[in-house]
Amino acid sequence: MNRQMLAGLVAGLLFGAGLGLAGMTNPAVVIGFLDLAGAWNPALAFVMAAAVMVTFIGYRIVLRRAQPLFAARFQLPGPGVIDVPLAAGAALFGMGWGLTGYCPGPAVASLGMPSMGLVGYLGAMLAGMLAVRIWRARPSTSQPGEVRA
Amino acid sequence: MNIFVLPILGGLLIGSAAVILLALNGRIAGISGIIGGLLPPAQAPDKAWRLAFLLGLIAGPLVAGLLAGQSLIAPPVASMASLLGGGLLVGVGTALGGGCTSGHGVCGMARLSPRSIAATGIFMIAGFLTVFLVQHVL
Repeated sequence: MNRQMLAGLVAGLLFGAGLGLAGMTNPAVVIGFLDLAGAWNPALAFVMAAAVMVTFIGYRIVLRRAQPLFAARFQLPGPGVIDVPLAAGAALFGMGWGLTGYCPGPAVASLGMPSMGLVGYLGAMLAGMLAVRIWRARPSTSQPGEVRA
Repeated sequence: MNIFVLPILGGLLIGSAAVILLALNGRIAGISGIIGGLLPPAQAPDKAWRLAFLLGLIAGPLVAGLLAGQSLIAPPVASMASLLGGGLLVGVGTALGGGCTSGHGVCGMARLSPRSIAATGIFMIAGFLTVFLVQHVL
């Protein structure tokens, strides 16, 4: 295992532990957070607030350095533009999130307790990602390249 | 214990993970992007750390559950049809929109990226509306 893999493993462990402790690996909790008109459970707003706060401060400290410790350069998305694929993609994603209570991270992090439904969700998610990637890679057009968050 | 203690602790861990991944590997901790780089076509050349991250992501709630003395993972609540349809929407949506709750919602928001702020606002509203329709209208 090289240094980059070890860093990935540690970051993944912390990320997964955080999702689990926060309650995000329980889809009923997530749907409860999204259910403003029902018995709204605001706890998950605190997850995002705490995570964004730590990341906001930590990123600023880290980005004072010229490069990361185990790689040649920081790979950050450019500013980009707010376009139709971004808006449509976010809307579709939010619909799927609300239907199931799963976004990608918590769904993967729930694989420690696999079920048919979870595996079905993840299989469909991978198929959807694959379809967009193949469509984007199609020849003879000048689509902009893949943009990540 | 206050019901907000664990969510805040969880959020602190998620943020720490994002900072560590940028400090060491120079990468954004966006789960859909990490997974996407493993998929064809144009697979990313750096598959090893992506797989290691996902392995850690699966192990994380199990380890935390052992420490907490209780299982932290609960089974799906939606029907199989909703899980399949919802999974497809999430896959297409995150690939098209370039990120999910982690990449846009945490890392992009922390960078004050206009794209990420817009995406987060849109997927939150879509999530609220979808749950309202499913739970209270349909």
